[in-house]
Amino acid sequence: MTTFYRLNLLPPHPSLPFFRMKLKPNIATSDAGFIFNPATGDSFAANPLAADILARTKTGQDAAAIKADILERYDVAPGQLEKDWDDLLAQLRDFNLLD
Amino acid sequence: MKLPYERPTIRKLTAGALNKFGPRAGATPTTALDGVRVEELVARFGSPLFVLSERQLRRSYQAAVRAFGTRYPQVQLAWSYKTNYLNAVCRTFHQEGAWAEVVSGMELEKALLNGVPGPHILFNGPGKRRADLERACAVAAVIHLDNADELHLLLDVAASRPAPPRVALRVNLDAGSYPQWDRFGFNLENGEAWQALSRVVASGRLELVGLHCHIGTYVLQPSAYATAAAQLAALALRCQRKLKTTVQYLDLGGGFPSTNTLKGAYLPATDTVPSLDEYAEAITGALLAAGFRTGELPLLVLEAGRALVDDAGSLIGTVLATKRLADGRRATILDFGVNLLFTSFWYDHHISPARQFSDQTEPTVLYGPLCMNIDMLRESIALPLLSAGDQVVVHKVGAYNMSQWQQFINLRPNVVLIDQTSQVHLVRAAETLEYLQQLEQVPVHLQS
Amino acid sequence: MPTTSALPRLTVAVTGLNATDSPGPGVAVIRALRESPDFDLRIIGLSYEALEPGIYLRELVDKTFQLPYPSAGTAALLERLAHIRQQEDVAVLIPNFDAELYNFIKLGPQLRALGIHTFLPTLAQLEARDKLNLAAFGAAHGLSVPTSRPLHSAAELLATAETLGWPLVLKGRYYDAAVVHSLAQAEQAFARLAGQWGVPLIAQQFVAGQEINIAGLGDGHGRTLSAVPMRKLTITDRGKAWAGITLADEALLALARRFAEATSWRGGFELELMRTTSDELVILEINPRFPAWIYLTAAAGQNQPAALLRLAMSLPVMEMEDYAVGKMFVRYAWDLITDHTEFQQVAALGEL
Repeated sequence: MTTFYRLNLLPPHPSLPFFRMKLKPNIATSDAGFIFNPATGDSFAANPLAADILARTKTGQDAAAIKADILERYDVAPGQLEKDWDDLLAQLRDFNLLD
Repeated sequence: MKLPYERPTIRKLTAGALNKFGPRAGATPTTALDGVRVEELVARFGSPLFVLSERQLRRSYQAAVRAFGTRYPQVQLAWSYKTNYLNAVCRTFHQEGAWAEVVSGMELEKALLNGVPGPHILFNGPGKRRADLERACAVAAVIHLDNADELHLLLDVAASRPAPPRVALRVNLDAGSYPQWDRFGFNLENGEAWQALSRVVASGRLELVGLHCHIGTYVLQPSAYATAAAQLAALALRCQRKLKTTVQYLDLGGGFPSTNTLKGAYLPATDTVPSLDEYAEAITGALLAAGFRTGELPLLVLEAGRALVDDAGSLIGTVLATKRLADGRRATILDFGVNLLFTSFWYDHHISPARQFSDQTEPTVLYGPLCMNIDMLRESIALPLLSAGDQVVVHKVGAYNMSQWQQFINLRPNVVLIDQTSQVHLVRAAETLEYLQQLEQVPVHLQS
Repeated sequence: MPTTSALPRLTVAVTGLNATDSPGPGVAVIRALRESPDFDLRIIGLSYEALEPGIYLRELVDKTFQLPYPSAGTAALLERLAHIRQQEDVAVLIPNFDAELYNFIKLGPQLRALGIHTFLPTLAQLEARDKLNLAAFGAAHGLSVPTSRPLHSAAELLATAETLGWPLVLKGRYYDAAVVHSLAQAEQAFARLAGQWGVPLIAQQFVAGQEINIAGLGDGHGRTLSAVPMRKLTITDRGKAWAGITLADEALLALARRFAEATSWRGGFELELMRTTSDELVILEINPRFPAWIYLTAAAGQNQPAALLRLAMSLPVMEMEDYAVGKMFVRYAWDLITDHTEFQQVAALGEL
């Protein structure tokens, strides 16, 4: 019981990266959708929409603008896009590509 | 017109193989079944939905009759009820000329209600009760004896019958296939079968009409059937010689595989499973060479189940959610699970998306909707980037699923039959809570 | 490679580019093909995984395409080959893996329709020499093979060992083997092999002696066009030859000829033999394709891959009589240099 109480009192994690899609500066992306992490030697392939999103974030576009543009161009509901956005973030985080 | 959406995803490049479709081809979608659009079926009948193809049922039956009938003068198929005893399925096969093979009192009654004459019902199984035997005798079904206790019980029942019940003896033998089934019937090698046959004939109270042998399930060696057929034929000839009894039919059972791939198989079943013609060649070749005199060849009975019905069934389902597991793997939750797709315990079913996707695929775990850890349909399968609401079609699910399905956590869904003119008929309505509860009784003290 | 050549140009696709410590034969086959006196070759590599070394051997392999795994079946394989055929004028395809042969043999007619020639054993030949059928095969053709039997469960081990004697050789369904000397060892090995390769396992009588291999080429009508025997001089800890030497021994050649004649073997083959202390030749295994050391046949004067290429193109091939005896191979490891962009092309797009 006390443990549960204490857990509830914990402050939010100071550096939760969940909400920002910012690739580490050394990550190389190519037009064909390849991602290369020079620090680990890992290579990744993005599907066209993920490649598009990553390219835009690299140019400094913010998430809201990218999402608005996707909603305008693609046949997708806002809720679905939000969910998939979070999922892409989780993948990037999992692969250790986020700043 | 907006662009088609596919969720953004990245994958780590590994030294391993590409997905099974190759790098440039996605999974081929199944947008329609027998000319009816999947979308339309779901709109009318909901999801999940079992879909049966009458065209395929008849085609499979006719192919089996052709495979055996062109090689042997007298062939009779007996539809294995337990494989799928929906009346629409049974009646389709009976219309085509099938007898019924049943394994319980319930199935016996079902066959009678489907209009099968008693003498065309073969009653198998290790669990026949006295009442079942009495009923079988009353309708003149053929009783396939499984064990000595049953034989003595039937002799007792027969004592009060006006005519001797017609019986066949189920025999188990070593046909060289693995595992060797020895739990059903009387063993040939240790003399048990001969002893039982002698007793049947000597009793004078039973009429021996057939010998039966069913060597296993999903047996991949046609040669095993040839061995079984040769041994059964030799036994029949011995009955004629020693017991002066002519065996009218030899029943080689079923166990023929469908083209569903067994879990753990290296190559897909569509490439490796022998055709029904190869089984027919093995069985009829052995019988024709067994030494029967011309004109005295016994009737060949086959109890095909899976091989007749598996291809004719499909299961349409819907993605409820996709998620990522702790280790990063994709998981897809469908609205059907092992409760409806029992065969996913032993098959890697072929599963198609119901609409066109790009050629991007990803490996995913497939889960059913049950809040039970065992509810996993596939540990890993490469599928397009499915999202909640997308439909999938599971192919070749006609055998066993519609009889072994469970009413567990969820109710069982609609089953439709698409006839040969592409008309859709509801053949079993989705269950309701009322249906589920109609046999329940709540004691008075729990009612208020 | 000569850029201007009077020889006719021909495109040949080859699998088995995994020149690793347990090597596939592809790279050796290509090296031998490159010495063909008949054709100016363009070589298309066919790989299953993105780090098969042959993919990056650009001086031997002009272009590589990834294939779906054999377990994806013939339909997926045919679709992929049709796609490759649209880009490359593949005239001959030489598969080099046991596990893929079934599919390629089955697809023979469809490949012909695409204009792709092969020179492979029949399905019946493939099946007959399968480990599980080896005992029956030996009996049928009067060839000496060790006594063996299928094992479906560990419970059968004791009875089997009583018949075959200790030590016992346990072999996985497709690959891998263990020599065991006691029931405890046998049970342990059974669990490992069955877990990896499924049942049945094959229990084989242990045969002591000197290990010899023969690489051969059958014309499909009973003639042996070439046979070159080799003794392993050193082996890796996985039992693979790391150095070997060609031998002169009429008994070995006679055995190869008897094998090809009895089976009408079509295509490349390898006999794995044991010469016992009493000088008997026992066939331990029959591989339905060229071995990884096949380049030694070319070096010794009988270029079997180049001859197979002629057979595939329906050109006459004479029986090859002489080869250099005492010709040796010593395998070596070599670090190829490539770049992550090349790896990305193969891993993501399946082409390089």
